[in-house]
Amino acid sequence: MIFEEIRDRAIREWEGLRNSGRPLILIGTATCGRAAGAMEVLERIERELGERGIDADVVQVGCMGHCYAEPLIAIAKPGYPPILYGYVTQGTASQLIENFILGDDPCLEFALGALEENELIPTIFDMPRFRYERRILLERCGFIDPQNIDHYIANGGYSALVKALEMTSDEVIEGVRRSGLRGRGGAGFPTGEKFGICREAEGEPKYLICNGDEGDPGAFMDRAILESDPQSVIEGMTIAAYAVGALHGYIYVRAEYPLAVERVRFALRQAEGLGLLGQDILGSGFSFGIELVRGSGAFVCGEETALIASIEGGRGVPHPRPPFPATSGLWGKPTLINNVKTLSIIPHIISKGADWYSSIGTEKSKGTAVFALAGKVINTGLAEVPMGTTLRDIIYGVGGGIPGGKRFKAVQIGGPSGGFLPESMPDIPVDFDSLTEAGVMMGSGGMVILDEDNCMVEAARYLLDFTQRESCGKCTMCRLGTKQMLNILEDITNGEGRLEDLGLLMELAQDVRDGSLCGLGRTAPNPVLTSLSYFRDEYEAHIIEKRCPALVCEKLISYYILPERCERSCDACVGSCSVEAIYAGKGGVKVIDQEKCVKCGICLDSCPPQYSAIVKLSPLSLVPPEEKKPEKSEEGDG
Amino acid sequence: MSKVTLTIDGIQIEAQKGEKVLWAALEGGIYIPSLCAVRGLEPPFAACRLCFVEIEGRGIVTSCTETVADGMVVYTNTPRVKRLRRTAFELLLSHHDTDCSSCPGHGNCELQRIASRLGLKLRQNRFRPVPISYPIDSSHPLITYDPNRCILCGKCVWVCNERGSGVLNFAFRGIDTVVTTFFGLPLADSGCNSCLECAAVCPVGAIALKRDVRPPRS
Repeated sequence: MIFEEIRDRAIREWEGLRNSGRPLILIGTATCGRAAGAMEVLERIERELGERGIDADVVQVGCMGHCYAEPLIAIAKPGYPPILYGYVTQGTASQLIENFILGDDPCLEFALGALEENELIPTIFDMPRFRYERRILLERCGFIDPQNIDHYIANGGYSALVKALEMTSDEVIEGVRRSGLRGRGGAGFPTGEKFGICREAEGEPKYLICNGDEGDPGAFMDRAILESDPQSVIEGMTIAAYAVGALHGYIYVRAEYPLAVERVRFALRQAEGLGLLGQDILGSGFSFGIELVRGSGAFVCGEETALIASIEGGRGVPHPRPPFPATSGLWGKPTLINNVKTLSIIPHIISKGADWYSSIGTEKSKGTAVFALAGKVINTGLAEVPMGTTLRDIIYGVGGGIPGGKRFKAVQIGGPSGGFLPESMPDIPVDFDSLTEAGVMMGSGGMVILDEDNCMVEAARYLLDFTQRESCGKCTMCRLGTKQMLNILEDITNGEGRLEDLGLLMELAQDVRDGSLCGLGRTAPNPVLTSLSYFRDEYEAHIIEKRCPALVCEKLISYYILPERCERSCDACVGSCSVEAIYAGKGGVKVIDQEKCVKCGICLDSCPPQYSAIVKLSPLSLVPPEEKKPEKSEEGDG
Repeated sequence: MSKVTLTIDGIQIEAQKGEKVLWAALEGGIYIPSLCAVRGLEPPFAACRLCFVEIEGRGIVTSCTETVADGMVVYTNTPRVKRLRRTAFELLLSHHDTDCSSCPGHGNCELQRIASRLGLKLRQNRFRPVPISYPIDSSHPLITYDPNRCILCGKCVWVCNERGSGVLNFAFRGIDTVVTTFFGLPLADSGCNSCLECAAVCPVGAIALKRDVRPPRS
């Protein structure tokens, strides 16, 4: 089949769906939607449509990035603009069917906005966040059926591949080079440069690997793209393979992303079925096949040499570089390895041109950056902004700020390999070089926001605990250095730290950074280094005053009932305590037996908000001495 | 074979093209400590992190991974080099049974040699000892394997796969990484062909010939 036929058929199918005259219901069933209950909502919708004999189309789509409002559904009913609904429950879904599909009330009270300009309600693009966002990679996510290649093709998909196949491979590489695209895996190596090195490298066959082993806690951009728009990754890989002369590709997806694995596998079969992948693609004479490899649950396999070892069937441990994979990678052959986002942007660059792409972003960091916003931010989810957008605009503009009126304290950027940026730096432009200068890194794009209730020492300990456990164990610095750093951090959060430990911690962090074999070890100290330089006062408070300023570190806090606020006749806290540490003291005022208390915090939640009598105190010495619990004389009476 | 000339600690040294700095230095009589390096092995294992050098224009690198180049200027004893290798050395000791007197490797141990060459101590107190208490495998008629002495240099794994029957490999990860047999079988049942190469390459006393074993520890 020639591409025009494929495309015309796809457009007919797409337009047929949109203009069928029947209501169309889109439901986001990516992992974020499923976690919020999208499958139950889907089941309810399908059941009700069936029971009531309603003729409507239901299409499962991916993630729109508004993960905070999942489950999301969009309804396009003839005569109305397509409307997006958020926080949809089974009940809301029923109401929407009853009132909107069958009736004529679009239930605007559940709507987030329309998806197209109209006279009825504002669109979601009128939300403040879209003043800052610029969606390129995420453009189709949540709007097309990821399991239907026609949707992708009808929305411009695969036309870049057709265009690339008409160009020489050098022209493709030159285009990528001129676009200024830098690798989105974290290090920011110029992508066109890497293409060129791999193209020139001696050795046949060449391989191409798409790194979808997104392992950073709090990062889920690659998952969203693989689940929502897998064809864009496949098209990007095929163009890249054509450019460097690779015949075989691998797409390495975390095993912990079962839905992404399923959708990518399905997408590969569809692309092969249409001759967009496989032998003699579109009659061009160029052949390229892609194999899906599931990762095996190791963070370090995101490191390219470890990933390659893992595909080869060996232990996922890194090798020293050079040689870099571009010259000697999989099976010792030249191997182009790029992140999901890097590859899926390639079709856009080929279609719209290098100049278009390089007009977005900053001088040295071109294009957009996709961030996963998580933690203490109102709009958790995905955001795509031009490089150079300030941290403030991302957190407040796109993310909507900190929930509960709390104070923003820090943002943890780039996963466990990144670091913390303090609130004092909200105007730092987010691009590769500015972040590196500040001691953090872009990483793959995870952004975890911390507020005043987060303890920086504990946050650093948490991340070190992660990297320590995920260290492959090969090199001394990382295997033992991270363990020793963790020991020190645990001492400090347990109130057993000594001031001289800070010096040792700093020294060790620098040595692990400078002396480790691979990127995991070299970047593992970043959370420690940045928290020590921006939040040293918190470390000192833990060590000198035995005080956790954020009231987080269990060993340094006590729960205490303020006698003047305790309602006395209320027994909520007594009942909530699983270790019976709370008793009624003088005059019925409740008292916590500090020796029995296990600091679970349930009493604090159980105390009715109008009293709010229970507080956390740190250091422990703030708790006034209490009368001893009276010995029970009626023990055994029942 | 063409040669290149480089300067290490002010001394001009001639080396084969393609050689790694570590071997060029050692051949030129300049000592650089290492535990895991195997000459000619590509890519180098580069795990022990002891063979740091400072190269002008390149900064701190491991000499086992760095290829010599004409005019290269290398220093093996800068403050930064000393600091990094001391840290790596002490980290290794923090997870190692340092009861030397009962060790079959006593007197023929690379850790002891490095300590005496570099003036480092075999008792470190900068880092807290990381508990290590694996059972000792003495099932094999000719060798004993004590994982508590192992510093994970990987030489036995390499040689076993290269020249032996390939029964040794790494298992687990991070701090739990250990050299072991398939399913952790005792060496006697592992399919070991008793080539004894592992004992020959072990730089410490982790894998040792039995006849050299001193009386067992109390």
